[in-house]
Amino acid sequence: MSDGVGIRIEKLHKDFSQKKVIENLNLDIAPGSFVSVVGPSGCGKSTLLRLVAELETPSSGTIQKDSGDATNFSFVFQDPNLLAWRTVYENVRLPFELSKSLQVLSPQEQHKRISAALTKVHLQDSQNLFPHQLSGGMKMRVSLARALVNSPQLLLMDEPFAALDESTRFEMQRELHTLWQKERMTVIFVTHSLFESAFLSERIIMLKGAGAQIVLDQKLTLPQVREESLRTTEAFNKIVAGLSERLRA
Amino acid sequence: MKRFLPAFISFIILTLGLELIVRGGWVSETLLPSPSMVLQSLSEMRADFLLAFKETLFNVLAGLFLSIGIGTLVAFLFSLSEILKRAILPFAIFFQTVPIIAIAPLLVIYFGFGAPTVIASSFIVSIFPIIANTLMGLESASEAQRDLFRIYQAPSLKVLWKLKLPHAYSYIYSGLKISAGLSIIGAIAGEFVAGGGLGALIDSARTQQRVDIVFGALLLLSLMGLLFIGAMALINRMILRKRPLATLSQE
Repeated sequence: MSDGVGIRIEKLHKDFSQKKVIENLNLDIAPGSFVSVVGPSGCGKSTLLRLVAELETPSSGTIQKDSGDATNFSFVFQDPNLLAWRTVYENVRLPFELSKSLQVLSPQEQHKRISAALTKVHLQDSQNLFPHQLSGGMKMRVSLARALVNSPQLLLMDEPFAALDESTRFEMQRELHTLWQKERMTVIFVTHSLFESAFLSERIIMLKGAGAQIVLDQKLTLPQVREESLRTTEAFNKIVAGLSERLRA
Repeated sequence: MKRFLPAFISFIILTLGLELIVRGGWVSETLLPSPSMVLQSLSEMRADFLLAFKETLFNVLAGLFLSIGIGTLVAFLFSLSEILKRAILPFAIFFQTVPIIAIAPLLVIYFGFGAPTVIASSFIVSIFPIIANTLMGLESASEAQRDLFRIYQAPSLKVLWKLKLPHAYSYIYSGLKISAGLSIIGAIAGEFVAGGGLGALIDSARTQQRVDIVFGALLLLSLMGLLFIGAMALINRMILRKRPLATLSQE
């Protein structure tokens, strides 16, 4: 079980050329929480995630990661982003080959962790297959296993299930939620889908308008264990309706 | 085998047609030799042809391997350093537009007659496609895949070795196919001025008006080209059987 990283974002600004994408954003994320970031296209959700992942540098302001190993984080992209010439096992092994901090682990320990990550996403029997031999859902599972293999304290996810069909998406959402409950890493999940954000998260941040203004910051009062039946409950649909109304306002 | 049948049939028709045209007296044998005449020359002068073939083959292979080694290294360096690429690549592009036949006399001055000039000529002609294709392949990795490597703070050499190079495989293979053909052209151009090999044999046959020898040499050069392409296709197939490196689409 990994402890999550807490995040404190203060007076964050990000400009691309002359365009202000994020303007004076302040946000605290508690360690071990599951936070979804929703909002219309181009509102700055993905930019925010990339800033947290240090794939972009802020124009001004700070992003502090504390209460854990801030360098131990993973990123799940919208596309599974697998290397076509590597098997499932080799794709999952990639972080150990690239990251200096993970190279200190012995080959036996690495193998143990890779096998554990593959088991978590139910791909232990497909480890010798190449990406072109996998379905869309399986590819995304490999991507998730690769992100989990280093037991991250922070998991950043940028619309990871957007390209999947509905039944696979529902399945992946359930699996992700179960994994998060076991591991309790901090998750920041960017999505377009209000249903998805409500099903997965403890807290929803809605960004909207120029400069990625936070127009909603809502803690959800849903059961800790998210069963499939939750999707048809009145409480769940009421939350989604509220989010939808706020998005359209 | 079925794939090659149309080509084989058209080759037979062409050869028989040529034989009939020349034997029928429609075209003079001094301008266009009949296929049987070419085969006869090849058989009678087989020792000369074999020696020249070996010599050219050695020069071509030396030029091609030098191109592959140096060209790939240069592409790697360009890929690692944007400044180096901007400083040198324009000159490489300019250099490859200069016809080899114009440079060949200079090479004779620098390297003298014989193999060194021929190898240099073959190398100069065949290096550019290796550099250009390898570089294009190395730069073809998607931004998302580069981001993935950045997330794990992979050093540049690891990005090159584990992402860019496998990604560039198809491009490198295409470059090799182009360069294999060009290395033969370069070697022959070199042999015209520096002597030796099939190039010199063609040149001396020209002075004797022996078109049958010229066509015999051309046949052997075509065979050399086919051998290169065939060997590369075989190696490519063996590699792809182990690794789907040619799947360039982002998974």
